[in-house]
Amino acid sequence: MTDPPVPYRVLDTRPETADTVTFRLAPAGRALPPFAPGQFAMLYAFGVGEAPVSVAGILPDSGLMHTVRAVGAVSRALHRLRSGDVVGVRGPFGTGWDLPLAAGDDLLVVAGGIGLAPLRPLVQAVLAAPQGYGRLNVLVGARSPDDLLYREELGGWALPYCGVTVDRAGAGWPGRVGLVTALLDQARFSPAETTAFICGPEVMIRATARELLHRGVLPQRILISLERNMHCATGHCGHCQLGPLLLCRDGPVVGYDRAEHLLTVREL
Amino acid sequence: MPSATTTRDPAPPACVLDRQGLDALVQALRARGRTVIGPTHRGGAIVLEELRSAAELPYGWGVELDGGHYRVVRREDEAAFAHSAGPQSWKNYLLPERVRQWTADRAPDGELTVRQERHPPASYAFLGVRPCDLRAIAIQDRVLLGGWHRDDAYQARRNGAFLIAVECTEPGATCFCVSMGTGPAAGPGYDIALTEVLDETGHRFLARAGTAEGAEVLAGLPQRDADAATRTAAAEAVESAAGRMGRSMPPVDLHTLMASSLEAERWDEVASRCLTCGNCTMACPTCFCTTTEDITDLTGDHAERWSRWESCYDLDFSHLPGGPVRQSGRSRYRQWLTHKLGTWWDQFGSSGCVGCGRCIVWCPVAIDITEEAHALHQEQLARRAAGEGTP
Amino acid sequence: MMGHGGLFAALPEGRREALLAIAREVKYPVGSRIFEEGGRADRFWVVNTGTVALDLHVPGRRAAVIDTVGPGELLGWSWLFPPHHWHLGAQATGEVGAWEFGADSVRALCARDPELDHALLMYVSETIGKRLRSARTRLLDLYGPAGSGQLR
Repeated sequence: MTDPPVPYRVLDTRPETADTVTFRLAPAGRALPPFAPGQFAMLYAFGVGEAPVSVAGILPDSGLMHTVRAVGAVSRALHRLRSGDVVGVRGPFGTGWDLPLAAGDDLLVVAGGIGLAPLRPLVQAVLAAPQGYGRLNVLVGARSPDDLLYREELGGWALPYCGVTVDRAGAGWPGRVGLVTALLDQARFSPAETTAFICGPEVMIRATARELLHRGVLPQRILISLERNMHCATGHCGHCQLGPLLLCRDGPVVGYDRAEHLLTVREL
Repeated sequence: MPSATTTRDPAPPACVLDRQGLDALVQALRARGRTVIGPTHRGGAIVLEELRSAAELPYGWGVELDGGHYRVVRREDEAAFAHSAGPQSWKNYLLPERVRQWTADRAPDGELTVRQERHPPASYAFLGVRPCDLRAIAIQDRVLLGGWHRDDAYQARRNGAFLIAVECTEPGATCFCVSMGTGPAAGPGYDIALTEVLDETGHRFLARAGTAEGAEVLAGLPQRDADAATRTAAAEAVESAAGRMGRSMPPVDLHTLMASSLEAERWDEVASRCLTCGNCTMACPTCFCTTTEDITDLTGDHAERWSRWESCYDLDFSHLPGGPVRQSGRSRYRQWLTHKLGTWWDQFGSSGCVGCGRCIVWCPVAIDITEEAHALHQEQLARRAAGEGTP
Repeated sequence: MMGHGGLFAALPEGRREALLAIAREVKYPVGSRIFEEGGRADRFWVVNTGTVALDLHVPGRRAAVIDTVGPGELLGWSWLFPPHHWHLGAQATGEVGAWEFGADSVRALCARDPELDHALLMYVSETIGKRLRSARTRLLDLYGPAGSGQLR
């Protein structure tokens, strides 16, 4: 382990869905080096522990935005944060989304559930410099309309295509029901000149990547963000191994050309 | 990295120490403020402990080793280093089981102060580092210091460690350093290398310095120039050890073998024996995995972060919100072996195995890493012969 | 993209025209019912614009939407298999424009053209497969509390 957590102050918190909260942080003193879209931070809840949380927003003056789902002791402690509270932050860690790789390409951003969080700063980066890329498509799958992240923001993105589909529709949902891959028919992209960015549950990642390969997207242009158990984030604790990959160091963003054969092995 | 068994300088500057010279070495290191750690006979094992004098070395003790079997035996001679790897390794000192990493305090106004743990510069001298363990230290150096992030606690201990390698002249029945290219001759990385010679001419140690500090320490000891007879006897003893390895690995690229064996049937067989106790990972001199512990005091305003050894055999090791990724014993044994012999190359540019044999000795059900590698190799040959295609 | 998949792309050379010759262009206003569960399945559609929701009636509840069919996709496969009754209901969730095909006419066309018959059957099977995979995957509730699969 190298550097201990740096104190960051909570600016505000916003409930995103029933089990998800978004908060914005600003350095309480010294700031960490800048984060890139796709990288993650280790967030330290005092006395409880740390959790890896991808950066959902890169704010001015070294501010960070995170969206956290309550799944364990640490994330539940993070849910209790209120404006003015202080958390510890380490980072930035891991590989980010390789945007230079996508220069000039059509872009497919495919998100499942809370997988939209690490993709949000990527979309923002592309929207800030649209001339460098082809058509930007955002495809979002969620459990239900109530589980959709960044609802208002999604509607405000000016994109060639932005589609949302849900597993289960509640009353009055006018949109699509089904898998996120079903939205690919409406997306506007030329497969051979497309870079895809996928984040979500591994089953969803595999299904989406397979469909994209079938349509002619190159495996090395399919970038996926993977999850394993991360403790140290510095490549020293061994927990986040996926075969040859140490995901805190070689990931979380990995090319499908490197990951495909690893994702087919059970319990790897 | 040069092979330990070849490309040796035919006549490096060397001297000869006798037993008094070895005593003087320990005293000289202690006088320099170093804590000398070395092997000693205690509790029915050759363990690593602080040595106050060379007299505490296990003169006249050897070991009898096999799968799941370790016995200390009395030797007919008075050799000090005629034992192979014991239950511990140098990682117990360089990467201790528990290390505090930081402390944090929360003020009444919520202000958070985090203090990095200051690691006082340790000053160890390791006496009796076997060539396999010398390589193991180099491998942990690569893992903990050679990447983007450095482990400061390890660095502090490692920087201050003076390494006295002792070449292997009495390999155990579970040794296979020749297969792994790590011994029985000492590779690079030592400050001083010794080779024990015990014959009709007497009990003595051929000594070479590997660093300036090593040369300086040697120069201050009672010694004589290395004679041809001692040089020859030392070389022959190491040469002979190379031919008496108790175990061997299959003569194939183990990295490739592991990568192509992920779905082998052998994993089911070994899983039927493996207790997933993790002994092999605790005994292994290169296993480096740790977990973190966060603790608070009773007021709740003071917290500490500790790192602690963990084993990939623990169910929680691969924990994800939905449950552990590696639930079966099969997958956890496979993780350990394929990492050790295979994916370690992808991650850190070398094998993670040095052929010390500790995992074989300290496995309660005598699972043998070399036997498993041979079995995977045989299964692959059989698969190929059956025309299932190349991996 | 209509280019990938889509019924017409799946047909052999020249059959698109033959099939379109027996098609009828139809429009459904928002909220209109296209077919009902249990009704006679004697036709199918290829949606051009808008989205169709496939639903199942549950007493005391609003109809539960199981799946949706969008532009370029096939609406209806029950016409192909006995007993030729719809398993679900269909409702236009937006203004829907589609090609409508009568099952009898298509069957007559296929009887004279085994290649078309085969291509059509393959396409319908692929569509059914996709919807089966979709339903199975959603059974896992991957986005649910225990099914999370990415950084917390």
